[in-house]
Amino acid sequence: MDDPKLMDLQTKLDEFAPTGRSALLPALHHTQKLFGYIPQAAASRIAASLHIPLANVHGVIDFYTLFYRQPVAETVIHVCNDPVCAFAGSDSLFKNFYREVPHQAASGGLETIALERSPCLGLCEHAPALLVQGMATAGAAGQSWQDIITGNFGRPHTQITREVDILTSNCGKGAPTWLAAYEASGGYQAFRKALGMSPAEVISQVKASGLVGRGGAAFPTGVKWEGAANAPGSPKYVVCNADEAEPGTFKDRVMMESDPHRILEGMLIAAYAIGANKGYMYIRGEYIHQFEVMAQARQEAMTVGYIGERVLGSDFSFDLELRLGAGAYVCGEETALFESIEGKRGLPRIKPPFPITHGLFGKPTVINNVETLANVPYILSNGAEAYRKIGTERSPGPKLFCLSGDVEKPGLYEVPFGVTFRHVLYDLAGGVRGGRKMQATLFGGAAGAFATEKDLDVRLSFEDLKAAGLPLGSGVIMVFDDSRDLKQILLRLARFFAEESCGKCFPCQIGTQRQLEILQNIASYGTSAGDREQLEDVARTMTDASICGLGQTAGSAVMSAIQQWQDLFKPARERKE
Amino acid sequence: MTDDITLTIDERPVTVPEGTTILQAAKSVGINIPTICYHEFCTSNGLCRICVVEVEGSRTLVPACVAKVSQDMVVRTRTPRVVNARRTILEMLNASVDLSEDENIQDLMHEYAADEARFPLAEPRQHAILDDNPMYIRDYAKCILCWRCVQVCADDAQYTYAINFSGRGYHTSISTYYDLPLTETTCVFCGQCVGVCPTGALKPKREWLMELGYTPDQIMQMTRTERKSRMRRPQASA
Ligand SMILES: Cc1cc2nc3c(=O)[nH]c(=O)nc-3n(C[C@H](O)[C@H](O)[C@H](O)COP(=O)(O)O)c2cc1C
Ligand code: SF4
Ligand code: SF4
Ligand code: FES
Ligand code: FES
Repeated sequence: MDDPKLMDLQTKLDEFAPTGRSALLPALHHTQKLFGYIPQAAASRIAASLHIPLANVHGVIDFYTLFYRQPVAETVIHVCNDPVCAFAGSDSLFKNFYREVPHQAASGGLETIALERSPCLGLCEHAPALLVQGMATAGAAGQSWQDIITGNFGRPHTQITREVDILTSNCGKGAPTWLAAYEASGGYQAFRKALGMSPAEVISQVKASGLVGRGGAAFPTGVKWEGAANAPGSPKYVVCNADEAEPGTFKDRVMMESDPHRILEGMLIAAYAIGANKGYMYIRGEYIHQFEVMAQARQEAMTVGYIGERVLGSDFSFDLELRLGAGAYVCGEETALFESIEGKRGLPRIKPPFPITHGLFGKPTVINNVETLANVPYILSNGAEAYRKIGTERSPGPKLFCLSGDVEKPGLYEVPFGVTFRHVLYDLAGGVRGGRKMQATLFGGAAGAFATEKDLDVRLSFEDLKAAGLPLGSGVIMVFDDSRDLKQILLRLARFFAEESCGKCFPCQIGTQRQLEILQNIASYGTSAGDREQLEDVARTMTDASICGLGQTAGSAVMSAIQQWQDLFKPARERKE
Repeated sequence: MTDDITLTIDERPVTVPEGTTILQAAKSVGINIPTICYHEFCTSNGLCRICVVEVEGSRTLVPACVAKVSQDMVVRTRTPRVVNARRTILEMLNASVDLSEDENIQDLMHEYAADEARFPLAEPRQHAILDDNPMYIRDYAKCILCWRCVQVCADDAQYTYAINFSGRGYHTSISTYYDLPLTETTCVFCGQCVGVCPTGALKPKREWLMELGYTPDQIMQMTRTERKSRMRRPQASA
């Protein structure tokens, strides 16, 4: 037991110990960094130091795909397996690498390498996307294997197109906008202004602005804050949801890597408004670079006293912890995210009760998406009225859209709510790639629905999209031209849900698997009689009876496709028994 | 003092104390809502969703075993939507797990006219039988993931925390710390988990050996030597 690494670990665990169970994820990350995986002896130390039963530590390790209980490899390469990257060639990339690995290992040039297929990496505008030990690569398709494994590759640069520049004015510069530059552009003025107002006044500004959550559920932000401010109980928490993992979404990644202080400022204002002295920011496990940027920004904010005791001489104190996820889409669901921070398996809770009264550690909590919080400084600085001048009556403000797939200019788009889909796709993004015809566009991500040409004149706002039967979701616009196989798209989405279901409730735990099996069989052998009815029954049951939004939307793309293309699942043959 | 709540279940007025679940409220007037994962002495987690009902104004169906009643709530326990969800859950479950020893589920399959061959392509969850201790065997091919065993081993009764989960989604399973044999875990062989398991996934070893056709004498021999050898074996420290 005198392994020097274990002794290193113990030193760190002694630091973590006062945090208790909630330090489990950080402790596991630290262990994996030391050992390359989580050996049993290390897990036992963690359990003892943080006072967690051994079996529960096991349950947590096994829940997250980025934690390994067995040695993996010195270099882990993740290849995105979702539709956009698949159509951009990620399959052949994967196969080529797969052939190269034993060859390279045999020639003695390398230590071990592991290749893993991964769900959407949030790099969809750089399809096919790759992560090499957590580092994103640009233009992987054009690069040699040698360059990729030796880390000799460029960092991806996201194209940003703006019709308004409220959220992205500091983005796309190739480097983060650090504190001095952020302050020079007017940063933290909104927070200073808020400190001079009463919390109730801050909330009423946000309510008046009509700001609605950008994380997918479209809940009015001011109402949420008011609920938590009025909820009995303390302490209260503010949580920033940066677990971005909805296939096709990369807006929060760009915000974090480019303009971290804007998010922190939004969080500080939220914390002041609801009376929270503690905040957490939960960043998806694959966003290691973004985590580091946020950590450095946090440090800067602490140094000048935006975070800490008696902030800027006021009575308001604020402490912020960052948490890195470990590979679980479901942890973006707010209550699963709380469980994850608390050091448990990321399983959604049954609602009610809701986070505003029973959130993180059972206390009143406001949880907001990165983009939602990034809107807040502008609202405080310029007032609700100015904010409402942007966008539509019922969807005020700017919105980030993530364009990917068969589009001339994939990238991030900041537009006012209310512009048409046609405007974004054709005027701003250059239309379908190669001048081809658009077959379908997936709105809202894997949990979304398909638009076709008939929807081109729909205005991009909550109300207009809803009327057209399309979800806005997290702002995903995933374009597929007329050469793409819809059933392949559905199969990939089904695999995503089957792999990401947490397994808590039967309809989703089993339904996502059944949906995958049926679509796999259709892809291999063609459609049989009864397939469509089975898909519909499974989807309906998941939608109706699942605990959380994952299961409730796991069948939505399939249902949408069945409605759009009546013949898509017309049987080609009778089922063979 | 709790306030009474009046609601309607299947067109009948019902009055119950605040905090009552829809399941209990329905039961109080003789309306039976089916359950699978629910157990009177365990924390309810709303897992199986067989108990879902329609509540007016709710977008999705509502799990009766965990949802509390509220004033003027209108509940319908057997609409076509409800029946369809229940039947599909049963059919999907049946395609995943060996349910042969769960009488409750067998009855429900019958009652809801569930088609046993509905999902012929399904890949059932396969697990080898774990026979690693003298007290009980674990046949997880029969496990429906109702969580009862994990809960009674933990905060619902025993505070032993010998078992938890591996994997997630469809490939979730009940497991010990690093898949160790039960004898090398904190398990105290209280048997509570065996007592609450509805499917025969956890079974007393004697019962299992009897089913395999061994005589009581043979069983006595087998389990005695096993116990002795366990006792001689040093306990591995965790
Ligand atoms: C499966 C699932 C995944 C989710 N992932 C995210 C996510 O990555 N980021 C996010 O902000 N919200 C996500 N949400 C929505 C959150 O539950 C929550 O509504 C949101 O964080 C609230 O913030 P907002 O009001 O600012 O939108 C997800 C929901 C579900 C059901
Ligand atoms: S719907 Fe899916 S992800 Fe959500 S709780 Fe149920 S099994 Fe877990
Ligand atoms: S082993 Fe039995 S009690 Fe435990 S989860 Fe499975 S079916 Fe339920
Ligand atoms: S990174 Fe591949 S689809 Fe998003
Ligand atoms: S009995 Fe209600 S969810 Fe299982």
